[in-house]
Amino acid sequence: MALKDQRRQPVMEGSRPITVGFVGNPNCGKTTLFNAFTGARLKVANWPGVTVEKVEGETSYEGHAIRVVDTPGIYSLTSYTIEEIVTRKCIEDEDVDVIINVVDASSLERNLYLTLQLLELKKPVILALNMMDIVEERGMEIDLHRLPEMLGHIPVVPVSARKRSGLDVLMHAVVHHYEEGPQGIVVHYKPWLESLIDQVEGALRQQYGEMDNMRWHAIKMLEYDREVNKDHPIDLFHIVSRSYEKEIINEKYDYIEEVIDECLFNKARQAAMTDRIDSLLTHSVWGIPIFLGIMAVVFFLTFTVGDFLKGYFEVGLEQGSRTLLTVLEAMGTSRWLISLIVDGIVAGVGGILTFLPNIFILFLALAFLEDSGYMARVAYVMNETMSRVGLSGKAFLPMLLGFGCTVPAVMAARALATERDRRRTILITPFMSCSARLPIYVLFAQMFFKDHALLAAYSLYLIGLLTAIGIAYMVHKGAGKEEGDALLIELPEYKTPNRRTVAVYVWEKVKDYLTKAGTTIFVASIVLWFVLNMGPGGLVTDVSGSFAAMIGRFLVPALKPAGLGSWQIAVALISGLSAKEVVVSSFSVLYGISNVNSAAGMAQLAQILAVDGFGALNAYALMIFCLMYSPCVAAIGTIRRETGSLRWTAGMVIFQILIAWGMSTLVYQIGSLLVG
Amino acid sequence: MRLNEGTVGKTYKVTDVCVDEQITRRLEALGVNEQTDITILNKKGSGSLIIKVRGTRLALGKKISDGIKVKGE
Repeated sequence: MALKDQRRQPVMEGSRPITVGFVGNPNCGKTTLFNAFTGARLKVANWPGVTVEKVEGETSYEGHAIRVVDTPGIYSLTSYTIEEIVTRKCIEDEDVDVIINVVDASSLERNLYLTLQLLELKKPVILALNMMDIVEERGMEIDLHRLPEMLGHIPVVPVSARKRSGLDVLMHAVVHHYEEGPQGIVVHYKPWLESLIDQVEGALRQQYGEMDNMRWHAIKMLEYDREVNKDHPIDLFHIVSRSYEKEIINEKYDYIEEVIDECLFNKARQAAMTDRIDSLLTHSVWGIPIFLGIMAVVFFLTFTVGDFLKGYFEVGLEQGSRTLLTVLEAMGTSRWLISLIVDGIVAGVGGILTFLPNIFILFLALAFLEDSGYMARVAYVMNETMSRVGLSGKAFLPMLLGFGCTVPAVMAARALATERDRRRTILITPFMSCSARLPIYVLFAQMFFKDHALLAAYSLYLIGLLTAIGIAYMVHKGAGKEEGDALLIELPEYKTPNRRTVAVYVWEKVKDYLTKAGTTIFVASIVLWFVLNMGPGGLVTDVSGSFAAMIGRFLVPALKPAGLGSWQIAVALISGLSAKEVVVSSFSVLYGISNVNSAAGMAQLAQILAVDGFGALNAYALMIFCLMYSPCVAAIGTIRRETGSLRWTAGMVIFQILIAWGMSTLVYQIGSLLVG
Repeated sequence: MRLNEGTVGKTYKVTDVCVDEQITRRLEALGVNEQTDITILNKKGSGSLIIKVRGTRLALGKKISDGIKVKGE
């Protein structure tokens, strides 16, 4: 019977619901499984530590009501971290009838450590072997007969949270085994340790009477566990004089090695292949050039192939926009509404949509790198270079992506371990010149630097990179003595990327991007249109009478020291907040030039600008300003979401505007002195 | 000696772990503890390492590899 039918069965009256606790390591697919189990849609992210508090859901199976509790991911059942304490409290106090221990089968040895501790609790445990598909892909096999034998005969159920397979069996195991704890003692410690456990158990029994999980309490006592000592204090002085935690951990791991030896096959072959690949990819000399080479290929694909496809999107957009215009005119829609829809919304949202091919290819390449196992190596390869400015090796990737587009780059910062590293990386990522800033550089460099146009454009990329590194360095120094190079990551074994995983990864990113185009950009386009087309007296035909012009004039005094003292420039810069490339189109609109990218258009614009005394130096200051001032609305929105702090995001925007103003002023003033 | 003074390809036994409390706990849960065998797979001049321990590959920064004391087999 399908899961749905089983769920539809009426819940038996008067029966107490079975409480199921999901427990497992961080990032083992626990929340995905929980969602599949309850039909809930909780937030799942691919970085550890998403679930910090317990989450509850309800479901039913074969007439049993089931209450499901999701707990934060933990590595062990000690009580050193908040997550561990929350999980332990949840298991002990919440009357969890049965624990579903979600295990990432592809890294069984690491996950089993928690399993062994859960087994000592003596509560019913069901082992959900997640990610079995990956195990199979890697050509490994798990002996599903021997494994439960070695784990106290608990039910072991292979599941796939992603494919939603094995859920029926898991539900079945819950309703049939929720009263059966693990049989016997799973880990037998060395005789001297066992005798200590016996003695502590005796002391506990004397003081508190019989308890369900005597052995667990005794073991925790010997580990000097704070929580257990608090709840059931006993005087251990006559039995032990120190913590035996290290011995207990080691013996558990020795047992895990036995389990792996007997239950996991073909691991050695896979490991040997990984070692061979690693000897090249993480080579102390060749590691960095190879990484840069791989990134060069990724960028080539993103920009060359992506731009090629983007061309088709642009043609499509233009045609769509023209058709829409004809239709709207035929319908007799009023002029201002046509302008709002066509010039505002379609141009704004559509303009962002044309970047879809670039985004798609970029993330396709990244998904391949991540799923193959290479991404984790990048952190190791780039670690030294980055730690000099107080960043983790993992921060390099988001920075590189920033040359493509700030939005995915900021999202890629998720891979960083700590909040501190994430925010620092997000802070400097916008200083990488994204592809939307390129049109600005191209236009002004060609207009004012003629033969040296390429050099001028390159210099901006370099200045951006140096500024980012400089800021990271200052933040690093400003934070005082920091704990430095504490890199600690697991390097998974290499594997052929899984089509499904890659597809899911890319789709998630593309969906994010599309959602943003439909929300943030949509609203921003409308607002911008109104500001550009409305004045104090209502709709205006000449942009110089609009609110935008008023705001622009208001800002002129502030921008004058930077050599950018005209209201048109101020308006262009403001409109650039919707998307940086809009700066270029704004120039053409504001100065009334039909095709600003053509040679004639450029000559015309340069001539108009020259009347106000706008020369090469002003152009360079303008490019510097465009490089550094706050990124587009889409990027700001992403940063707000990723950091979860409006205040931090606002602070960053102000900081970037100040630094843009400061740097362009510096360039203009020093330049003026030198030139003249 | 310190772990990052070891040679690539050799296996060592951990004698002491002196790093931050948080990292010690994390290492413990990963099975890096006194008496654990560690094989060095890769090493950089700066002291970063890739090690193999209990069937898992770990990349360690200098700060951590400095704090892990080992002796030769």
